[in-house]
Amino acid sequence: MVSYIIRRFFMAILTVLAISILAYTIIQLPPGDYVTSYIASMSASGSAVSEGEAEALRLQLGLDKPIYIQYLKWFGLILQGNFGMAMEWGRPVADVIGDRLWLTIIISVAAIVFTWVLALPIGIYSAVKRYSIADYVFTFIGFLGLAIPGFMLALIVMYVGFAHFGASVGGLFSADYMEASWSLAKVWDLIKHLPVPAIVLGISGTAQMIRIMRSNLLDELRKPYVMTARARGLAEGKVIMKYPVRVALNPFISTIGYLLPYVVSGSLIVSLVLSLPTVGPLLLKALVAQDMFLAGTIVLLLGVMTVIGTFISDLLLMWVDPRIRLGRN
Amino acid sequence: MADELMADIEEKTPRPVEAVPAGNPKKDDSEKIAVATQWQLMWWRFRKHKLAMIGTIVLVLFYLVSFGADFLAYVDPEESEAQRSLMAPQPIHWFDEGGFRPYVHPQIGRRDPITFKRVYVPDIKVKVPVEFFSHGFPYKFLGFIPMDIHFLGVKNARPAETLFLFGTDMQGRDIWSRLMYGTRTSMTIGLVSVAMSLLLGITLGGFSGYFGGIMDAIVQRIIEILRSIPTIPLWMGLAAALPSSWSVNQIYFAITVIISLIGWTELARVVRGRFISLRQEDFIMAAEILGCSKPRIIFRHMVPSFVSHIIAATTLAIPAMIISETSLSFLGLGLRPPAISWGVLLQDAQNIQALVISPWLLIPSIPIIIAVLAFNFMGDGIRDAADPYG
Repeated sequence: MVSYIIRRFFMAILTVLAISILAYTIIQLPPGDYVTSYIASMSASGSAVSEGEAEALRLQLGLDKPIYIQYLKWFGLILQGNFGMAMEWGRPVADVIGDRLWLTIIISVAAIVFTWVLALPIGIYSAVKRYSIADYVFTFIGFLGLAIPGFMLALIVMYVGFAHFGASVGGLFSADYMEASWSLAKVWDLIKHLPVPAIVLGISGTAQMIRIMRSNLLDELRKPYVMTARARGLAEGKVIMKYPVRVALNPFISTIGYLLPYVVSGSLIVSLVLSLPTVGPLLLKALVAQDMFLAGTIVLLLGVMTVIGTFISDLLLMWVDPRIRLGRN
Repeated sequence: MADELMADIEEKTPRPVEAVPAGNPKKDDSEKIAVATQWQLMWWRFRKHKLAMIGTIVLVLFYLVSFGADFLAYVDPEESEAQRSLMAPQPIHWFDEGGFRPYVHPQIGRRDPITFKRVYVPDIKVKVPVEFFSHGFPYKFLGFIPMDIHFLGVKNARPAETLFLFGTDMQGRDIWSRLMYGTRTSMTIGLVSVAMSLLLGITLGGFSGYFGGIMDAIVQRIIEILRSIPTIPLWMGLAAALPSSWSVNQIYFAITVIISLIGWTELARVVRGRFISLRQEDFIMAAEILGCSKPRIIFRHMVPSFVSHIIAATTLAIPAMIISETSLSFLGLGLRPPAISWGVLLQDAQNIQALVISPWLLIPSIPIIIAVLAFNFMGDGIRDAADPYG
């Protein structure tokens, strides 16, 4: 059990390191650096930046050092909790990101909760009542959910909201609470706005989860111990819920680790369409402006968040599955 | 651990009702089945999977459209005209004077004096006859045969001014014609990226599965790390790094590389799994004892027995690639105009206000859904057919 945790933890650290390198490389990829794009934007607005000023700015930002030193400096500062300055905004990165990261997490978790709440009973029902009309209906909806990209679903939801209800279904807060500081009323407002993005984001994951749950349970139901339980006259509900569902749940839990990156990814695009105050729109802006500290931090934070989520799902799996807990795997 | 669970997820999709094993045929067929090759058996099983057959037919149609995009378009996709912006789709009237004489009414556009919105009304008095195989803008069929014949056209008038099957976009470009070209780009980008992923996946997955040991551990860790990273921010970062001075073709190629850089992990996993399970089979052991060389064992004995699985995994990987391209282009980070793809077309629909006034801007989303569904059905069918115990 301990070795399992250590192995998972080690893997998580390794992943975080890989993500940090990837994040930094990506930010370094575009030709030119922040100063060149700063000069471009200044000259577009009519004011020129002299050669000397540009050089001074580069020195000040440490852009003259080799890349790996810039990376080490950056990562070292991050370990101290200092995310650097968002150059375009002239404010610390942590300030600019602010609540957005938490809102991204809240939306992702809401989407996953929605996925679970829907996929679990439907998956069980579809497996137990295989080839029933409802099973076919769910399978069909599942395929449809798989085929519609998240941003398109968001567009359709926005369109229907506008065209038929004359209201925007986007956003996470009402106008009154947009700038207000956190209070119970604001939290309640957030909860009221959550379902639409959670459903839009969760639907394709739900489709996959239903398929997984259905086929896992089907495999389990074919096993002899189920027949034994039936032969001994156990109530049908107990036969299904007590053992097969529990075994079929394992892969279900482990898929959080695989669902999470997927949902976080999706949340970025869906946020742009539904204009949610998550890190998605911020990342797009930062990338366009080549604001490397901001973009790098967002990619890194999203990655780390996913790794933590995966690690939690590993622990959860250990808690649910005695085979892993007792180390016989 | 996680890999095995992933394998669970992959392998266990619902089997269709129709997939009756081919070993259960009518009596006079049994001889035929006894001598049939593996591919024939697969084909017979695949044929019984109705959804998969429908999916295959749909995909053939889609690729025919890709080939004949210029022929099916009736207006140059770049021809824009502010006077025709955001026109609603106009139906073709098929019957006239008791016979099959398709025609359309020309549209008269004017500005609403109160809202300043452009409104269009059909001129009911005039009928412009629609003709098939008519002459239109010149193009090169298949890229080298100069032609100017198009499937649809109008007699004695320019189709750009009269024919609006799916309406026009903000710049007054014909959506039908643009959709034809977009289909070509989006359908091929899926194929090219999957080919690239396949190359990476087979090489790395094969090495990892066949040689095992440290090689396997390293490749597995790389895959695990890549899979636990949210892909969209990564793609966004990579795509944003493409210089804006690049040509349409360079961007197209770069996007396929970006998509396949992350997409190969799934295929590598399938290949590795197959290699590992085959390595323990008796016939491989026999080949080794008989002194076959490694390449001979791999290519003569192992590869033929898992090609069908690879084809299934590949087919199932394409829709994800198509969605990736569409999403990236939709964000403005993928293909950029003047390239035309489904995602680029949907960029126009980003503005909700515009979308509410002109819902036909959403038309390009329909082929995306249909193509992705068709690939999924076909892939499921191939996977079931490839499994001899299915």
